[in-house]
Amino acid sequence: MLARWLIAVVIAMLASACGAAGGTPEALKVGFIYVGPVGDYGWSYAHDQGRKYLETTFPDVKTTYVESVPEGADAERVLTQLARSGHKVIFATSYGYMDTVLKVAERFPDVVFLHCSGHKRRANMGTYFGRMYQASYLSGLIAGTMTQKKRIGYVAPIPIPEVIRITNAFVLGVRAVDPEVNVHTVWTNAWYDPATESEAANSLLDVGVDVIATQSDSPAPVQTAERRGAYGVGFNTDASKFAPTKHLTSAIWNWGPYYVEAVKQVRARTWKSTDEWWPIGTGIVGLSPLGPVVPDTLKTLVEQRTQDLIAGRFDVFWGPIKDQSGNLRIAAGEKPADEVLLGMNWFVEGVTGTLPK
Amino acid sequence: MALVPVLLEAAVRAGTPILLAALGELLAERAGVLNLGVEGMMLVGALAGFIVSQQSGGPWIGVLAAAIAGLMLSGVHAFLSVSLRANQVGSGLALAIFGMGLSGLFGKPFVGVPAEGFAPIAVPWLAEVPLLGRMFFQHDPLVYVAYLLVPSLWVLVYRTRLGLKVRAVGEHPRSADALGISVVVVRYSCVLAGGLMAGIGGAYLSLAYTQLWVDNMTAGRGWIALAMVIFGGWDPVRTALGAYLFGGVQALQLRLQAVGVTVPTYLLMMTPYAFTILALIAASASRARWRLGPPTALGTAYTRGE
Repeated sequence: MLARWLIAVVIAMLASACGAAGGTPEALKVGFIYVGPVGDYGWSYAHDQGRKYLETTFPDVKTTYVESVPEGADAERVLTQLARSGHKVIFATSYGYMDTVLKVAERFPDVVFLHCSGHKRRANMGTYFGRMYQASYLSGLIAGTMTQKKRIGYVAPIPIPEVIRITNAFVLGVRAVDPEVNVHTVWTNAWYDPATESEAANSLLDVGVDVIATQSDSPAPVQTAERRGAYGVGFNTDASKFAPTKHLTSAIWNWGPYYVEAVKQVRARTWKSTDEWWPIGTGIVGLSPLGPVVPDTLKTLVEQRTQDLIAGRFDVFWGPIKDQSGNLRIAAGEKPADEVLLGMNWFVEGVTGTLPK
Repeated sequence: MALVPVLLEAAVRAGTPILLAALGELLAERAGVLNLGVEGMMLVGALAGFIVSQQSGGPWIGVLAAAIAGLMLSGVHAFLSVSLRANQVGSGLALAIFGMGLSGLFGKPFVGVPAEGFAPIAVPWLAEVPLLGRMFFQHDPLVYVAYLLVPSLWVLVYRTRLGLKVRAVGEHPRSADALGISVVVVRYSCVLAGGLMAGIGGAYLSLAYTQLWVDNMTAGRGWIALAMVIFGGWDPVRTALGAYLFGGVQALQLRLQAVGVTVPTYLLMMTPYAFTILALIAASASRARWRLGPPTALGTAYTRGE
């Protein structure tokens, strides 16, 4: 991991040196740092797709990316290097980079830093994220309709509020169409371990679920579902290739539109440090094309709910919502503030599984 | 209830990649060469197997490619540690990191591409045996390869002249040399065979367990394989038990979660590792009685004295 990262830094430096020599004065250089490899087919992969979209949209924007950068001192060196080599906008795509970005941003006031999923800002540092829970809810509607055994399995990575929120949204979607369905959750306690994710799916199939949904990085759980004749719901990127007949949909990231908008604002000098939490209507999150087994009536329902979410007629966590033990957590008619969603540390009703305390 | 057969079935599945790699490492260590690069060799094997299977449409050719890839990478370690007498720990660690980088670099175009892998094959007659059939004989073919390797390796190590030579080189290379055994040839062969098996272990991940390639997909299994060799006291059968037990504990904690048993997840996640540590302590304590110690010359380069 370290060796690859070193190679990447050298390439980035060479690339920026070449850029300085041969680029037109108008060319804007944009840097990206990823916590994982772009080959993870998950989180970092999705950000890199967004980077490519940015390059295609603005041919005169030059992008540089450095992958597999560990959080901490290494990230500081990479961020500093990118800022020094003339990158005017730098996207840092992991929560754990937060304090490092803040520190480097103080030293380079002319560079715009954008930090994904964090909550610390300054004049030249903004934050951004997408409301993935909305897409997750929609995928839950489909899973809840398609299950016949009324049992769904959910492969979850690491118990942090973001993961809990997205899992809860899925369960709320499931129970919106059928309140008798239970969702069994299994934690792999890793962002990234395809074989364990596959075994987690196996363990859920062994207790009799007929739909496997996942929030882990790889498409392994969906592939395992297909091999054992169960439906699969993917996450992060479209998993349909790994389950050609049983894939229902995937809740996916689409960072491109945000990257384009942010760069556009910086160029027009209208950019201001803000906290962007983009809803589904912007296209930053959404569902991949629905699988061939999903009936048309269900497609209509999903489309209706999507429109409700976009128009603000409805949102996922509007009360009443009960937790796992039946206590009312969000009262009827209550529309919880973002702070409530950001700090979510309880499972909603309908989850069979435990939250590590 | 039916939990136990399901659990054992999963234990075999989860233990097999670790077992394949561990058996290879066992052979190398028996000859006195410590190869810490298992993780890297598995990754290179996983990628090579995946690419070739994806391009040619045949998982068996993929396994062959994985074996060759693992073997070639271990050749680097053999050259450094046997021919150049470099520090084995340093060379092995370098190999692990090199394998990660190499597979990540060449694997990039293959991320998100599906490929044909192994389907489970029921062993004729044996698969019909109640309970045992489902647990042990309805698996991917590589699982059966691992079954066959365990006794083969045991016989090789303990019951053949060749095995005696390997052990002699690992225990006392100078005496072995004096007896006319070529330390270099034996060590090279064992390290290369070890790389070959680690490559196949990697291919099990990308062609059987999951049928996809993603970066760094071994997720630490190479290191577990190293621990299993110590746990097994450099004995193929005990190493196999360790690998399957490790797979079993992992499968158990996932299944307890799936049925909603309220046991703290972190405690469950810890169990396979805690179990390994306990086993290591037990193995160390009874080492003298069971002769479970490491080969005496493990980790030391051999220089023919004057």
